Amino acid sequence: MFDLTGKSALITGASGGIGGGIAKALHGAGATVGLSGTRTEPLEALAAELGERAFVLPCNLSDRDAVAALPKQAAEAMGAVDILVNNAGITRDNLFMRMSDEEWDSVLEVNLTSSMRLTKACLRGMMKARWGRIISIGSVVGAAGNPGQGNYAAAKAGLVGMTKSLAYEVASRGVTANVVAPGFITTAMTDKLTDDQKSAILGQVPAGRMGEPEEIAAAVLYLASPEAGYVTGATLHVNGGMAMF
Amino acid sequence: MSDVEKRVRKIVVEHLGVEEEKVVESASFIDDLGADSLDTVELVMAFEEEFGIEIPDDAAETIQTFGDAVSFISQNTD
Repeated sequence: MFDLTGKSALITGASGGIGGGIAKALHGAGATVGLSGTRTEPLEALAAELGERAFVLPCNLSDRDAVAALPKQAAEAMGAVDILVNNAGITRDNLFMRMSDEEWDSVLEVNLTSSMRLTKACLRGMMKARWGRIISIGSVVGAAGNPGQGNYAAAKAGLVGMTKSLAYEVASRGVTANVVAPGFITTAMTDKLTDDQKSAILGQVPAGRMGEPEEIAAAVLYLASPEAGYVTGATLHVNGGMAMF
Repeated sequence: MSDVEKRVRKIVVEHLGVEEEKVVESASFIDDLGADSLDTVELVMAFEEEFGIEIPDDAAETIQTFGDAVSFISQNTD
């Protein structure tokens, strides 16, 4: 349905469940994909699975020099970055009263600041091309809050504010900026939850199940498509009705 | 008219869609030529590409008029 032939997409955190799903969806729609992440092995495996039009671009987003280099490497490998998916994220959960500066800083650095830096670097080409898509992966937690995740929630809410401001600035140039905010999705990040935690969470989800990475990927694919050109500054919540905004 | 001036004027005329006669030395991109702040960022990007130079952000902020652009570029190219 959505055709991304001729477009190039850079996806951070592509070694994770959601990032991998996004890469597959965009690639399946015809895009060339740049797979970024810290762990090379799963990226190589994903690239091998995808075959043509897939490039491995390892990057540690907590390393500012590496973040600065990534957009250039992506443009060299793919010719351009038409679609940027800020997906990478880490958690360092702790009760607010116990949260260390290090826990706060590392989550803000990877989840928010690196997104700003990558976005800034990729905008130049998008502005020139008069076409671009910035899609950041937020979280239901960014809108609803979650005990133990003050840092993560702040970073994810920060992405929403950043996206809205950016959307104002670049809308006239054919560049859109949006957020996809997943609820509880079956990934390595949520596998760490105990069965008790999972059933407690599912009790709050009207859909009565966890979401799948493909369901996040489908939302990203839509926002990346030419058909979504009039959608900007939006947050698309994909959470089974867990929280309705 | 210098070569730099000609090339800069061409970029300004094309990007802002203004009459060539209006692009005089004292013409402010924003006040006289109808640019918005994003246009000025894009003009600087276009100058960088045309002349193969890098214009740092603090220098870019000082380029307010056509004359500013021509003199900055003249001083920073061979």
